[in-house]
Amino acid sequence: MPCVSPDGKPTSSGMALLQSLKDGALSAEAVAKKTGQPLFRVRSGLRELKNAGFIEERDEQATLSDTGRQLV
Amino acid sequence: MKEVSEGQKEDVGLPVLGQKAPDFEAVTTQGTLRLSDFQGTWLVLFSHPADFTPVCTTEFIAFSEIYEELKKRNTELLGLSVDSVSSHIAWIRNVEEKMGVTIPFPIIADLNKDVANKFGMIHPEQSKTETVRCVFVIDPESKIRAMLYYPLTTGRNMREILRLIDALQTTDQHKVATPANWRPGDPVVVPPPTTAEGAVERMKEGYECKDWYLCTKKLPESG
Repeated sequence: MPCVSPDGKPTSSGMALLQSLKDGALSAEAVAKKTGQPLFRVRSGLRELKNAGFIEERDEQATLSDTGRQLV
Repeated sequence: MKEVSEGQKEDVGLPVLGQKAPDFEAVTTQGTLRLSDFQGTWLVLFSHPADFTPVCTTEFIAFSEIYEELKKRNTELLGLSVDSVSSHIAWIRNVEEKMGVTIPFPIIADLNKDVANKFGMIHPEQSKTETVRCVFVIDPESKIRAMLYYPLTTGRNMREILRLIDALQTTDQHKVATPANWRPGDPVVVPPPTTAEGAVERMKEGYECKDWYLCTKKLPESG
């Protein structure tokens, strides 16, 4: 499901992904395992959240940005 | 490649078994997806002619019915037609309301036919504007492993799609082939020897053989 709404805010699916990163950086596979969402949806969602500035990615690990951290 | 106007070419062509599936980014009912998002899982990419049409509706219900079986096989489903995402959303809501079936998989809104052209889904003798009923089985490394093309008038057989995935996964796991009408649990075909010496040896290897080139064996029961 789309993770960022047209007004630029995380949707409930997006918030679930952000919450999964609360305790530190995770790979898309680990996020999928933690949230129970299909891997393809997690990859797509993390990409959206990254483009919207809620997360950052380094070495294939996603982590909350300062903006993202304020939401969880 | 098809010449669409002077100096402009459109990526049109039939894909080939074994080749890497062309990557794409597309708007779907579950957000913007890329083919590479499915890496690591098997994928059934299928097209249908149009939303709100009878055969397509029966197929979508049938695809939804095998969704859980596909998940057990580490396989995702991804639909496609040359309709807008609003049309897709209206249709799946209608299917849910009138037929009580939730469509759990994403559907590509391929209005500009980008993905359809990459996968040879439009056959002008059938329709110049709609995709025919294609199925592409794509493996976890994004290789095209099987293709089915059905005409507009003929709904697909879900049991055959499941059987096809079982056969491909069995082949990969056990390095065997599967005979006509094979079903999980049936004997599988041992790859034939490629030398005269191998042909002599084959008859002594304990397989069920009609002759050196047609030998089968039972696989150990899984699970």
